Amino acid sequence: MKTQFVYLASAALFILSIKWMSQVRSSRRGNWAGSLAMLLAVAGTLAYTGLTTTSLGWVSGAIALGAIIGIPMAVFMPMTAVPQRTALSHAFGGLAAGLVGTAEYLQYAPHIGTFAMGALCAEMLLGYLTFTGSMLAFGKLQEIIPTQPIIYPLRNVISIATLLVAIGSGVFLTMHPENATVMWTLMGSSLLFGILLVLPIGGADMPTVIAILNSYAGLSACAMGFVMNNKLLIIAGALDGSSGLILSILMCKAMNRSFANVLFAGVGQTIVKAQTGPVKQVKAYTVEDAVSMLDGARLVIVVPGYGLAVAQAQHAVKELAAVLNARGTEVKYAVHPVAGRMPGHMNVLLAEADVPYDDLLELEHVNPLFPEADMAIVLGANDVVNPAARHDKSSPIYGMPILDVDKARSVMVVKRSMNPGFAGVDNELFYLDNTMMVFGDAKKVVTEMVADFKRIAA
Amino acid sequence: MHEISSADIIENLFVFVLASFLGLELIRGVSRLLHTPLMSLTNAISSIAIVGSLLLVTAGGMNRTTTLLGAAAICCSAINAIGGFMITERILKMFKRKGGGAA
Repeated sequence: MKTQFVYLASAALFILSIKWMSQVRSSRRGNWAGSLAMLLAVAGTLAYTGLTTTSLGWVSGAIALGAIIGIPMAVFMPMTAVPQRTALSHAFGGLAAGLVGTAEYLQYAPHIGTFAMGALCAEMLLGYLTFTGSMLAFGKLQEIIPTQPIIYPLRNVISIATLLVAIGSGVFLTMHPENATVMWTLMGSSLLFGILLVLPIGGADMPTVIAILNSYAGLSACAMGFVMNNKLLIIAGALDGSSGLILSILMCKAMNRSFANVLFAGVGQTIVKAQTGPVKQVKAYTVEDAVSMLDGARLVIVVPGYGLAVAQAQHAVKELAAVLNARGTEVKYAVHPVAGRMPGHMNVLLAEADVPYDDLLELEHVNPLFPEADMAIVLGANDVVNPAARHDKSSPIYGMPILDVDKARSVMVVKRSMNPGFAGVDNELFYLDNTMMVFGDAKKVVTEMVADFKRIAA
Repeated sequence: MHEISSADIIENLFVFVLASFLGLELIRGVSRLLHTPLMSLTNAISSIAIVGSLLLVTAGGMNRTTTLLGAAAICCSAINAIGGFMITERILKMFKRKGGGAA
């Protein structure tokens, strides 16, 4: 009974935690509320259960080991690696739920009620598929495995068959909990399905995938709550599940694609369009050309993309903005919802470089500003600035909301090479008359621009 | 494992539905600026699964295998809980207004 009151307080704090997270002003309070809620939940559980010396040893050992691994991951992880860390923690969350499910089964089967057994199967299915799916996402983000979609014949048939095996074993096990072999089949097919789910998904679709896995991790905790008849688990798991759901819907909308398209289409595997018509030429410029174009500019809008994260160029960008500000040029940043490898990725990188968050503008707010901008500087972004999305019905990205950089007086595109973006589409922005291409690593180019400005000033 | 009555099941389903709708409403209100820390926060919150694994390990009568599995689960959740709130704090500290006021 006492535990339930502690859980009630903990559940309320979790809800407040998310509420306070809605705005920057109260966000840190939200994080503290969440930490306090977790502390209460753990303390409340341990205080009122029959701890023995042995179980206390196991518990404290496991938590200590968790701290030894978790703290360095949080303290030393560079901000550019936040997507990887997030994927890894979804993997841990999924694994924890899966392991608890298996342990409960081994400990109590066949004396488990039908409803609890059904929930237990859902817990294992979601937990294990989240584990392998997130590990694979981590591997892709860390570039341990190729980031391109891995495509093989009949992949959708194989994936769906695997999922059906997992669901089928779950249903069978619910009705015949004594059959341990089926539990191992469920576990194996769930683990396999997680891999099959993420294999055909390309690097640039990672924001959606990470959000979906986030949702699954929450739902597996929820299922655990149903198995254990524990309302705190259900509430916290449902909060996490709905968060992942909303974020993945937002990501899909920002790409004008459906869930099914992200999961099954394998976008980005090949360069689809064969070039027809005359070979188009881009105009390559030097850093000096770009700097002279910026002379007397009033408004410059920087458009960051994944290339900025790869080049770790966020601090150089901030320096460039400082130089421009000193010359009376206003600098704003246009953040596309799917720029980078996870929701909000670019905001975090720029915040790390001390860019005030008032200058980070969302798509709807920044698009009306482009016609007034003297220059848009595109740093490692590609598909999110392709004007074809507005008018070319044959383009795979047609209908995707984009940043209207082409409407700026001039556009400077910094790119490592002419490789197309994830959708494998040629970007017509590069061939426009008001576009200047500067080839090179984003950090190197921006640093050279800063140096050039300083040379002029001296 | 103790039997869950059908009254409990219904009650839990009510809690689940209400919490999900509340979650959807709250998350919809979160500024896009904060989607990364939101995700690390909710990820830390989902490590509430630690309660489940603690209950399992302390229940008594566990054999060696199930205790080991339970302890591994506690460890995984502890990584997320401790690391998750810490990195969220680290990210949020970086968000600054114009003129240097911290979040």
